[in-house]
Amino acid sequence: MEFGLSQEQVQLVDSLTRFLKDAGGLDRARKFAADDEGRAKDLIEGLAQIGIAGLIVPEAHGGVGMSFVDAALVAECLGHGVAPVPYIGASVLAPLALELAGSDAQKSAWLPRIAAGEVSIGVALAESTGAREGAGVDCKDGKLSGRSLFVIDFEADAYLVADRSGRLHLVAADAAGLSRKPLKTVDTTRPTGELSFEGVKAELLPGSEDGRVLRRLIDVGRVMLAADTLGAAQNMLDQAVAYSLTREQFGRPIGSFQAVKHMCAEMAASLEPCRAFVWYAAHALDALPAEATLTACHVKAHLAEVGTFVARTSTEVHGGMGFTDLVGLHYWFKRIGFNRQMLGSPESVREEAARAQQLVA
Amino acid sequence: MDLSYSKEHESFRREVAEFLRSHAKEAPKGGAQRSPEALKWQRLLIEKGYAARTIPKEYGGFGAEPDILKSRIIAEEFAKAQVSSGLGGQGISMLVPTLLEMGSEAQKREFIAPTLRGELVWCQGYSEPGAGSDLANLRTSAVLDGDEWVVNGQKIWTSTAHLADWIFCLVRTEPDAPKHQGISFLLFSMKTPGIEVRPLIDMTMNRNFNEVFFTDVWVPKQQIVGARGEGWKVANSILRHERGSLADPNIMSSRLNALIEVLKRETVDGRRVIDNPVFRDRLMQIQGRVMAMQANDLRLLSAQVNQQNPGIAAMIVKLQGTELRHELEQLAIDAMGELGLLYGDTPYLRDQGSWQHQYMFFLGLIIGGGTSQIQKNIISERGLGMPREPKVAKA
Repeated sequence: MEFGLSQEQVQLVDSLTRFLKDAGGLDRARKFAADDEGRAKDLIEGLAQIGIAGLIVPEAHGGVGMSFVDAALVAECLGHGVAPVPYIGASVLAPLALELAGSDAQKSAWLPRIAAGEVSIGVALAESTGAREGAGVDCKDGKLSGRSLFVIDFEADAYLVADRSGRLHLVAADAAGLSRKPLKTVDTTRPTGELSFEGVKAELLPGSEDGRVLRRLIDVGRVMLAADTLGAAQNMLDQAVAYSLTREQFGRPIGSFQAVKHMCAEMAASLEPCRAFVWYAAHALDALPAEATLTACHVKAHLAEVGTFVARTSTEVHGGMGFTDLVGLHYWFKRIGFNRQMLGSPESVREEAARAQQLVA
Repeated sequence: MDLSYSKEHESFRREVAEFLRSHAKEAPKGGAQRSPEALKWQRLLIEKGYAARTIPKEYGGFGAEPDILKSRIIAEEFAKAQVSSGLGGQGISMLVPTLLEMGSEAQKREFIAPTLRGELVWCQGYSEPGAGSDLANLRTSAVLDGDEWVVNGQKIWTSTAHLADWIFCLVRTEPDAPKHQGISFLLFSMKTPGIEVRPLIDMTMNRNFNEVFFTDVWVPKQQIVGARGEGWKVANSILRHERGSLADPNIMSSRLNALIEVLKRETVDGRRVIDNPVFRDRLMQIQGRVMAMQANDLRLLSAQVNQQNPGIAAMIVKLQGTELRHELEQLAIDAMGELGLLYGDTPYLRDQGSWQHQYMFFLGLIIGGGTSQIQKNIISERGLGMPREPKVAKA
């Protein structure tokens, strides 16, 4: 019985946090947004060197072969550092799909290059958790047509695309008949966009026929988004406390007023159990198959609610400065907002949780 | 991460389950703490090591080495079987651990064994009308006269005072010392002349509390735990104990399951409440929060096993656990609508009125044992390192 982080996991978090800080932290995220970089090459290369790109890629294919708990810790660090890098799609969902559903040839073609940080695969499956604007992709005779919106890790060399029947396909970014259109969201740290397919030749992942792998990807993606929110919210809480100890009004630090202390205590009280909850949900992906979907739904929805509360409350503790671009707190605020809507809003994910327990007639 | 138990613990779990299968019939079914069945059951549990497990044998316990996982397994198996896990109350849960830590050898020998067996029932004399959140402001005085303390004053919120044989009581013995250093911890019989107990009916309409008045109550000098003026230290070690024990995850999850059944069972215009998406969403929100607290509890358990300091994760349990239970109970009432209002002996009553009762009772627990606001002070000051509110200068 051991429910906590191992020494290696603590080291992983430490080295990743240090790397992101040395790379410039918030300033790096600002520069990424201002320069419209598309891909932050320095960060992507640095992460590949630490082993993040191949974190869940099996060792046989050149990766590190680590657990979903490790993957969630990385997501947490990236959220904490508002890191403008592809991760949940490119380093978790895409390699996972290849591992679970790819042919041997597909695995050997893609996984080692993913692990080396040489290729980045965007993930188009938003329609599987709720289609907007009538979007959706159909596959006929090996060719895709239709649209997919809000592609995760949009700046990519290839895409993993879910069709309406739940099958997964690989498409090169420069494939004939594929057009790409960026969609600007409030969160400038994670570019997203739309893919339009007009008879685009695609490579089916043969193991994805029954839709089970897609459902697994959604579970995993939700836990990763929750972990990202955990990191971002923890940072916002820490910033609120630090600010309250230096900002003085009425002749004393505002952090000595109970009104402010209680706002911070409420953030801590709702956020702290989220840490164990994210661990548990990630561990369930690794080792508790019967609980994995239910905990993934609940952790996604719960972190969305707690994250939103912390994002708002931390901003309020900062007063007017929290509202400015000067302090930059809004980078975390928007990151949390992004995680809340992607792969299902809290309401729709909770409905799935109810369905997973046969509570929906 | 590894949530499995060792072979030794798995076999211990089977042993507990086997005991419950063969002995569950002998367990008392609720009711009075002092019924002959309850006392007999308690003796059996101590003998088998399922109650008073780590209390040394010479003081009437089972004398096992502390093993947090075994204690957890016992709690889980008894909860699963819905069998009484023995006597509780403030004597067993609070006074016994205190005496083990701070009591004299004579006090340990005199009080612990009969308390464990349920023969000696205690009440706790801490809060006063002017000393609630600011407990150290208490004014009940004890003055040494020869070989005896003379106690005068008043206590309030005293659970089971009308049933108790003895009281453990905080009194001011050093009126000139700073307020935290002037308090002592006394033990005395509730039959001592000069004690008057008056019932205090709470909003559940039960006598969960009393007021206790002391007028020249004479207490032998040696019935003090710790030294003169050390009472605050003694009391604080058990207050921590009380806060941790208020949010049992086993009870939380059985209550959640009962709530799900209420939503499936109750109908409006012939339609099940659970088929209303608004109620279903509220239920799922509560379930998500319960799961977060269960994961937090696993983290605390693991930290305890590994002797790590869990930090904020432990400080938030009382605040989050009581607030969550209160809201969970409220959802059942809302699901029942007008039927949820029924209380007492009346037609259409559901589940013996337990949802209303628990809903109100948990509001009491949100306030008692350190209010939610005091909890937030503790979390912000000890957990987040924020400063105390400066004292207001007296006008």
